[in-house]
Amino acid sequence: MQALLAAPLAKAEELNPLLPHAIEIVLSLVVFGLLLFAVWKFVTPRFEQIYTERTQAIEGGLAAAETKQAEADAKLADLEQQLADARHEAARIREEAREQGAQIIAEMREQAQADAARIVEHGKTQIEAERQQAVTSLRAEVGTLATSLAGRIVGESLEDDERSSRVVERFLADLETIEASQVSGGGAN
Amino acid sequence: MTFAASVVRTAEGSDGFTPPGPHDFDLPAIGGGHDTFEMFGQTFVLGVTKPMLQIVLAAILVFAFFYAAARKQQMVPSRLQFVGEEAYGFVRNSMGRDIIGGHDFARYVPYLFTLFFFILLNNLFATIPFIQFPTFSRSGMVYGLAILSWLIYNIAGMRRHGVLGYLKLQTVPGGIGGPMLILLIPLEFMSNILVRPVTLALRLFCNMFAGHLLLILFALGGEYLVTEMSAQYAPVGVLAWLLFIAVAFLEVLIQFLQAYVFVLLNAMYISGAIADEH
Repeated sequence: MQALLAAPLAKAEELNPLLPHAIEIVLSLVVFGLLLFAVWKFVTPRFEQIYTERTQAIEGGLAAAETKQAEADAKLADLEQQLADARHEAARIREEAREQGAQIIAEMREQAQADAARIVEHGKTQIEAERQQAVTSLRAEVGTLATSLAGRIVGESLEDDERSSRVVERFLADLETIEASQVSGGGAN
Repeated sequence: MTFAASVVRTAEGSDGFTPPGPHDFDLPAIGGGHDTFEMFGQTFVLGVTKPMLQIVLAAILVFAFFYAAARKQQMVPSRLQFVGEEAYGFVRNSMGRDIIGGHDFARYVPYLFTLFFFILLNNLFATIPFIQFPTFSRSGMVYGLAILSWLIYNIAGMRRHGVLGYLKLQTVPGGIGGPMLILLIPLEFMSNILVRPVTLALRLFCNMFAGHLLLILFALGGEYLVTEMSAQYAPVGVLAWLLFIAVAFLEVLIQFLQAYVFVLLNAMYISGAIADEH
């Protein structure tokens, strides 16, 4: 039995491994073909789908972030613009206020000066009037006093009204001349 | 035919060590059937063998994992979904988008994606305990995928440019005219149409075959040195086992790289076939 087996086995030793087992060719094609079909049908579409979905999700997220960023940038620029406007406005108002203040101060000063001048004028006028009054009354009184005094001194002869008044007038005129020269001398001082 | 090989080994055991060879990849039918059929002047096992089960298992596992990962589509992925998406994104972006590019790549992504993880898992079977057999060390398995790759990139090109337009694109280099074309057209035809599926298949098959052969050699050689030979050779046997572990890690890298290269070349072939310029 062993001798019978050994005879063909000696030939089997020279077996060429490059020569294929025909069934194996068919088998590998069929098995691989079935596997390929199953993978093509059930596996790769799902992987591709999840890849696509994930890519879209990431890209969508990025796009959304970019939009938000752009919006924030626009808002920031807007706010900065508003702030600059407000600053500008404030500066303008301040400048205006300063101008107005200066104007008001000038006006007030002018008015006060006018008032002061007016008051001084008024005072002067009043003083002049009072002085005039005093001069008038003094003239009358001084005249009377001097007349009576002179009358007393020189006697009855001087009681004639006409003469006495002439004397008084002359006296007063002299007096005024003296006064006037005194005033002009005092004004020069 | 491990069974048969072991028979040989016991028969010749007294003569010394039997090196591993192609017979180690010719596994018996599961269930112990001994039916065979003749093809290409060789005798093949007729029945369900371990690599046949593996290739089906790999398809089921790949589909089950990615179906589970893709089932719940959440904007914030669960851990499983995250792993699935990363794996899908790796093939989709590094091979589909970056190599095929444009708007056309999406059509080929399912193919590249399925191909990569199908090959990767089948390759890793060589390292996964209790399986420990690379499915693609069976040349027939690889030829199937190579034929499919060949059909896909050629059909993609023909659909884009028409049959003649595609053949012109693949065989007539731009900017060259005159008698040089007589030389170049057959060369280009050979390299772009005929040789590509062959290199594609052989690269994957030979890497898996050689890697597994190397591991068998270290395992059986170590075993033979420790058990069959005198005690002074035992440390060498242990060293062989240590090397087995190191090579197994190297194999994991190769298993990944071969899956990657196979799919990368597929993407490049498709990209070249649907490109507008040569």
